Amino acid sequence: MNNRPSLPIRLLKGFAMFWWDFLVGDTPELFVATVVIIAITSALGKLWHANAVATVLLPVLVLGSLLITVRRSLPKKK
Amino acid sequence: MIGSSLSSGVVVLVSAVFLASAVEMVEALTIVFAVGHTRGWRSAFEGVAVALVVLTALVAAFGPALVHIPLSWLRLIVGGVLLVFGLQWLRKAVLRASGLKAKHDEDAIYQETVAELQGLDGTANRDKIAFTMAFKGVFLEGLEVVITVLTLGTSAHRLSLAAVTAAIAVVLVAITGVIVSKQLSTVPENLMKTTVGILLISYGTFWVGEGMGIKWPGNDGFLAALVGIYSLGTWLMVQGTTSAAKTVAA
Repeated sequence: MNNRPSLPIRLLKGFAMFWWDFLVGDTPELFVATVVIIAITSALGKLWHANAVATVLLPVLVLGSLLITVRRSLPKKK
Repeated sequence: MIGSSLSSGVVVLVSAVFLASAVEMVEALTIVFAVGHTRGWRSAFEGVAVALVVLTALVAAFGPALVHIPLSWLRLIVGGVLLVFGLQWLRKAVLRASGLKAKHDEDAIYQETVAELQGLDGTANRDKIAFTMAFKGVFLEGLEVVITVLTLGTSAHRLSLAAVTAAIAVVLVAITGVIVSKQLSTVPENLMKTTVGILLISYGTFWVGEGMGIKWPGNDGFLAALVGIYSLGTWLMVQGTTSAAKTVAA
């Protein structure tokens, strides 16, 4: 019996896998960080209409995320 | 004057698309060279040709559809994708610059691909393995070029400029590769990747902000400021990571 999935299923699976690898891959923390950055900035903007706050906060959060993911990759002290 | 008519948004767009396309093309070319040298050029070229046809079809199918998404949503989604993508590039670039990750991956990729191919059977006239390897290499790297062009191009309403820039980068790298006739391992890839990462997160931040209704100071001009802020941040991070890595190693 042939258990191989049909071509549309395989294509759909391949498409989903590509986007998973592309956006999440081996650094899921960066995907989560981006979602959190957008949520925080959006909430602040809506609460206080804080254009200036968002202008400063967005780059700070982006650099903070990069710093966290880089530090996670540092070798641990023995 | 030409210089004064170019907004910083256009300069960042062209730089990001050109460098990202060039880097992806170098990676694709490395795989194609490894396949061609090891298994023969005919099947390698067939794999490349089919991958290019499929990529063109994808652009034709999805490119016009993106135009129908409301601009604020498009910019928010595209900004988010560019942020994730750019942060991934920049993370690797910082780790390479700090000595925590090997530089010049092309040499390693070339050797690994050759070793993998030499261990496989199949020397028929139409070599399925060579075809598949060349196809996957060009298709996957090309797909990243397509995503970069479509996301940056449609959000900035400059899809044609982005597409032409990517095409020029791809052709230039291909010509250079053919002339030097080897994988382009001497390209300062990490510097290019660092620059692309900075440009992608700058655009990502800008579009996310625009998508949420933020009015950036100086409009498009703020992109240049973001590039400056992220360049400084990256440089500081490389310095800090390098010294932290040395401390751990000591």
